[in-house]
Amino acid sequence: MNEQNPILEIRHLSKNFGKNIVLKDIDFSVKKGDATCVIGASGSGKSTLLRCLNLLETPSSGEILFHGKNILSQTVKPAAYRAKTGMVFQSFNLFNNMNVLKNCSVGPIKVLKLSRNEAEERAMKYLTKVGMAPYINAKPSQLSGGQKQRVAIAKALAMEPEVLLFDEPTSALDPQMVGEVLSVMRTLASEGMTMIVVTHEMAFARDVSTRVVFMADGVIDCSGTPQEIFGDIQNEKLKDFLSRFNNQ
Amino acid sequence: MPQDFGGRIVFILQNYWTSFLKGAGTTMAIAIISTLIGCLIGFAIGIIQTIPLSKGDNLLKKIFLRIVWFFVGVYVEVFRGTPMMVQAMFIFYGMPLVFGIKLAMWPAAILIVSINTGAYMAETVRGGILSIDNGQTEGALAIGMTHWQTMTNVILPQALRNTIPQIGNNLIINIKDTCVLSVIGTVELFYTTKGIAGSYYTYFEAFTITMVMYFILTFICSRVLRLWESKLDGPQNYDLATTDTLAHTSGLNTFPKSRRPKDGTRDSL
Repeated sequence: MNEQNPILEIRHLSKNFGKNIVLKDIDFSVKKGDATCVIGASGSGKSTLLRCLNLLETPSSGEILFHGKNILSQTVKPAAYRAKTGMVFQSFNLFNNMNVLKNCSVGPIKVLKLSRNEAEERAMKYLTKVGMAPYINAKPSQLSGGQKQRVAIAKALAMEPEVLLFDEPTSALDPQMVGEVLSVMRTLASEGMTMIVVTHEMAFARDVSTRVVFMADGVIDCSGTPQEIFGDIQNEKLKDFLSRFNNQ
Repeated sequence: MPQDFGGRIVFILQNYWTSFLKGAGTTMAIAIISTLIGCLIGFAIGIIQTIPLSKGDNLLKKIFLRIVWFFVGVYVEVFRGTPMMVQAMFIFYGMPLVFGIKLAMWPAAILIVSINTGAYMAETVRGGILSIDNGQTEGALAIGMTHWQTMTNVILPQALRNTIPQIGNNLIINIKDTCVLSVIGTVELFYTTKGIAGSYYTYFEAFTITMVMYFILTFICSRVLRLWESKLDGPQNYDLATTDTLAHTSGLNTFPKSRRPKDGTRDSL
């Protein structure tokens, strides 16, 4: 595979809920190893964009190319595509009826058809990576938010996806727990994991990402390297948005 | 025949204890088998009713599903909306005359109670499935599970856990309601008691015994189901394999300490 070919390419993507247009003609692409951060005000369509990328929402029009193949065509099975793109949710979405180990091994067993041993080995590998190996016997309800989110990351990693999507992974956490989740994400980014992160953590976007996308009112208002976005900016909307963060 | 209340009870028990036990056995057999079959029907229908239809589905699937949903709806409404005693009369005495379908007493009894339970359970299961947070479904879909895998691995186990109280309710209702089957000649506990009471004209004593028996049966069942519930919940504590290196806090108390005894059992039932 050519390193320069994008893994994901989004072309003219639009999404409307009834008459309410949430995404307008979105275009962008992600190459292997990219850590793209999507920033923007609430309601600007960031999460919808990410959910479209994982087909949890069906785009109204446009194309999503995964290794050059349009995943919106009828011939592509959503489940097979989703197995290759991990997703980490704001609300964790761990399976409440399973313990931590089972949460991370059920995907490899059922979807990737690994043996139980292989799957558990793999789950342990990633649970160790996020520092949650001690908690394999705990149920999600017995964990703190930061711990849940770290398990959720391990659960997504255990599928060994090509792209990992993060939908505001730290928004439901208190500042202390935000730290433990972000440090896991930093490690992943530094190891070359391809990630798309919808976030309100500007410091993370500035320091970790290779590319920042700023969304406003359902369109990509501007995008560029962190230096460009957080440096000397001309864009009024972006300026306004960032100044609110700086004033906090 | 003794003249005092206690003496008569002892007399009836001595003479008829086998009949009482047989009657209770029949009641329990019909109630348990029918509740199980009813739950299967309920789960099947609950699953069918919650199959998602999306715009992309082909026309054949849409039409087929809508037809199935229609008949399922009719089934639920008809059997929920008519008395079981009337259904029993209709199925056992009516159907042979009109349709020529003759059912023996046992199959008829189990059929009647099962389809009734099924009709009620269908709604309970549908509610149980809908009550599971959509995030659970999304969490499953996001790792590439199909609708079927999501249902069997994630949603149904949780829905089952949530519907156990209602399954218990249905079992208890069935234990009591099998007595309407006496109209089709099922010799269950009520029918037996009626016979015993009538033969000596000891209604008060015989039915006292029966009341106590019914109560014992239902009480045992509700306790057993509670046990099953707490077993499904698993232990309330967990052991750490080693220490957590990333978290600043460790351990969480989700319940007050007094309600979390070390052995993982509940202190009150």
